[in-house]
Amino acid sequence: MRDALTLRGNHALLTRANPLAKFAVVFLITLVLALSIDWVSATTALVAELALFPLAGLTLRLLWQRGWPLIIAAALGGWSTAIVAADSGAVLLDVGIWSISEGSLQLGIGFMLRGLAIALPAILLMTCTDPTDLADALAQKARLPHRFVLGTLAAMRLVGLMAEEWQTIGMARRARGVGSQGSPLQRLRATLGQSFGLLVQAIRRASRLAITMEARGFGAGQRTWARESTYSPLDAWVLVGGVLIAATAVVAAAGMGTWNFVWR
Amino acid sequence: MTASDAGASGVRPAAVSARGWGWRHAGRSAPAVHGLDLDIAPGERVLLLGPSGAGKSTLLHALAGVLGDEGDDADETGSLLIDGVVPRGQRGRSGLMQQDPETQVVLSRLGDDVAFGAENLAVPRDEIWRRVHEALDDVGLRSAGGGADGRAGLDADGGPDAAGLPLDHPTSALSGGQKQRLALAGILAMRPGLILLDEPTANLDPDGVLEVRDAVGRCLDKTGATLVVVEHRVSVWKDLVDRIVVLQPGSSAGSAGSSAVTSAVLLDGPPDQVLAEARDMLIGAGVWVPGYVPATRRRTSAGSGDLLLAAEDLAVSRERPRRRGFRTIPPVPVQSGVTAQVRSGHALAVTGPNGAGKSTFALTIAGLLAPVAGKVSAAVELSEGAGIDPFKWKANQLISRIGTVFQEPEHQFVTGRVLDELMFGPRHLGHGEERVDELLERLRLTHLVDANPYTLSGGEKRRLSVATVLAAHPRVLVLDEPTFGQDANTWAELASFLTELLDAGTSVVSVTHDQEFSAVLGGAELRLGPASRGGARQEAGAA
Amino acid sequence: MTTAAIKKTGNTWRVVDIVVAALIAITGGVIFWAWSQGAGIISAPMNAVYPPLTGLIAGGWMIPAVLGMLIIRKPGAALFCEAVAATGELIMGSQYGATVLISGILQGLGAELVFFLLVYGNFRFKSFLHQKYNLIAALLAGAGAGLFCGLNDSFLPWGWNIAYEPGDKLAYIVFCTISGAVIAGALSWIATRGLAKTGVLSSFASRKAASEPVFN
Repeated sequence: MRDALTLRGNHALLTRANPLAKFAVVFLITLVLALSIDWVSATTALVAELALFPLAGLTLRLLWQRGWPLIIAAALGGWSTAIVAADSGAVLLDVGIWSISEGSLQLGIGFMLRGLAIALPAILLMTCTDPTDLADALAQKARLPHRFVLGTLAAMRLVGLMAEEWQTIGMARRARGVGSQGSPLQRLRATLGQSFGLLVQAIRRASRLAITMEARGFGAGQRTWARESTYSPLDAWVLVGGVLIAATAVVAAAGMGTWNFVWR
Repeated sequence: MTASDAGASGVRPAAVSARGWGWRHAGRSAPAVHGLDLDIAPGERVLLLGPSGAGKSTLLHALAGVLGDEGDDADETGSLLIDGVVPRGQRGRSGLMQQDPETQVVLSRLGDDVAFGAENLAVPRDEIWRRVHEALDDVGLRSAGGGADGRAGLDADGGPDAAGLPLDHPTSALSGGQKQRLALAGILAMRPGLILLDEPTANLDPDGVLEVRDAVGRCLDKTGATLVVVEHRVSVWKDLVDRIVVLQPGSSAGSAGSSAVTSAVLLDGPPDQVLAEARDMLIGAGVWVPGYVPATRRRTSAGSGDLLLAAEDLAVSRERPRRRGFRTIPPVPVQSGVTAQVRSGHALAVTGPNGAGKSTFALTIAGLLAPVAGKVSAAVELSEGAGIDPFKWKANQLISRIGTVFQEPEHQFVTGRVLDELMFGPRHLGHGEERVDELLERLRLTHLVDANPYTLSGGEKRRLSVATVLAAHPRVLVLDEPTFGQDANTWAELASFLTELLDAGTSVVSVTHDQEFSAVLGGAELRLGPASRGGARQEAGAA
Repeated sequence: MTTAAIKKTGNTWRVVDIVVAALIAITGGVIFWAWSQGAGIISAPMNAVYPPLTGLIAGGWMIPAVLGMLIIRKPGAALFCEAVAATGELIMGSQYGATVLISGILQGLGAELVFFLLVYGNFRFKSFLHQKYNLIAALLAGAGAGLFCGLNDSFLPWGWNIAYEPGDKLAYIVFCTISGAVIAGALSWIATRGLAKTGVLSSFASRKAASEPVFN
């Protein structure tokens, strides 16, 4: 199982910001970058995001260790765009259904960089945000219904257990003669059976957890919060920083004439 | 301990009264409990006994106020009151602990989890943290300083047995016994007058059992709260309670109209008196009565002792090698340097403290996990041409040579019907279907052939899981905690059956804390020492 | 003997509904994660050959929406489960960044709308439209989720396929819809019946799912 991105024992500055402020900024940057496929706005945002690494307690090495599948996925997205996007300019490669032209290659590279620039802020966010603090903020500040927020948080705690149980069920079924080898169809059937076994355990566990929570008075009515979710001046700075990054990316792309609105 | 009005601890012990109370779950035809008349005085401590199906859990759930929203076809009769009021309306008046430690923890930080109940009762913030510290002290999970908001202090990775745990200690890193004590702390922080324990120690190893029992005792002495505990192992709780109530099977009594006059309570009185009067009946119902070891078959042959399987300098881990970017990092073993032999007709008991990697070792020699270092090799007599390394065998080759029975029977169910479940192995192997009837008979499953395996009782599931693995006729049988949570009847049946297999030349490897069970099987003991590295901690509770 | 009727729960969510729905969604994530490790063998060539083909495996992401509703049977279940699944993915790290939340909500909405129209919504044409949580509802809900997934990926700014040519976009949307109906719809329906037989759904409205008619 992939680890959750949250770094335990992370004491970087941004861990102290309110999760909602961080979320707002991540959404702002994401939406602005999404509006244009061009390498300038994406690169500008990427540079700014890399500069924020220390503030979130992330290092390039950690990013590579935990985030490499995402980086490869972003590259693949660029590739698929390059071969499927409309051709324009000189054709560089044309083999059967694959065709890459100057225009589509540029689009592909812009797309790949944009993909990274969109994926990184979310990784930064989760690196320096504990799910418990996020739930506190969502229920207390964003006023989402606390039963749903805390019910989900409690279920999320079991994700590691479910991943462990997936492995155990796989072994237990091999001990019954259900092979993980064999033809793709056999393997698919084996995986479906294993999934079913996991679902049964998940529902059993969740039902018991719900009883535990109800028996501790959960869901009855008004509740207090042992820890208050608060805003601080740091959150204002987070917002200012986010707006600056988004604005710089747009201005740079417009200045260089590369801004390429997605809905032309 | 006598009842006292809300004393220094702020707890007012609760009184329970049931009058002709019954409950039928939605979608069931027979009630789980029927015609229950019971009075429990404030501060009393009651052990609730009875065969499975007597509705003990249903009663506890009702007292905890968590029954009642199953939909329109559930049915309640009579009355069940705490201090004269229906339980559902008084959250926090009682606190409930269930069997599975994983689901007794709600949140990921130690302090938050204790605070959860108090928050739900709208206790003011300062008071919550005062209660959190006090409750953690009471259950022996003393909090190590830390600020008042539950996130102060970096986890110094002091390990679960260090002097104190910070309030932000991850609850996933606790052992099973610690998780149950944490649950108790969460209950205490609500200041309940009634504490309900539903087989709280059934999933724990012997150390964990005592740990939880003693914590409960201390807390009751301090608060004077009323206790109702359901547990098969009477000896654990006998000295702590002052009354035993024995229920009789509810559904059968209730479905027959004429027996409606019969009370659900069969016996009620001081522990020694009830145990003396009802000893035979309780033994018949599979209850673990103190001082009683069920009679089992004795071994008649010593076995040939031919070597079947050997582990040499084995290092084991459940984790697979991890990819970190381009590099592959081998897992940290939970146990290493293990050497052992598995011989025909001999039993091998794998023992050791929690987290020593006992289960992991068993799964590795069973060919289900790849060794981290060292090797597992099958002798020619076992491998019969399938190769020396069991991990590389195909599934079909494996099941006819080494059978593994997992701790949780449900993990091994692969079909929707008991008969198909037993036929599964033989059908894949193409032989052995004729053995199935004998196994059904021998393990008393014949009347269940058409049932869905998941709907069986705990003991039936255990017997089925053993039968399904044996249907493939393996020479080596590996069992992971086969007696955990089992009643005395299933225990005796299983132990006797295994001695027959041993006498017939099968080799039995069992991971177990159960010394009486090992004694019945005889054979060698492989004692694994405590894991040398911190990584073993995660395994605690699972082993 | 006094018999007290237990109050009907109707459309309000109980704690057990919330926790089970959330864990189904999260477990769906674990299964999909495990599955995708093997699916890489399938999706990589798809991507290399004709990228819109990846729409054919998109249905795996939408299982929580349909399965959650078939089990919980409360308004909002599809939307809630899919949103929780997306949140889980965000926490584990997603190549789509924060947009995974928007995709999740839209996919959930696609399935939710179908269930609303076909099953739990209150309409004047109720007698005509009112259905049960049967195979047809499941297939259509899966298709609805798949359609919304395809539209999101093809036309919204953060869509992974925004730069495709119109023909390729159409192909992708069709593939997604089929995949949603088959993988998310049919599989969830089969799983719900299987789960009902094991007895784990005893406290839910779906406890009798195994004996319900397939079509009406």
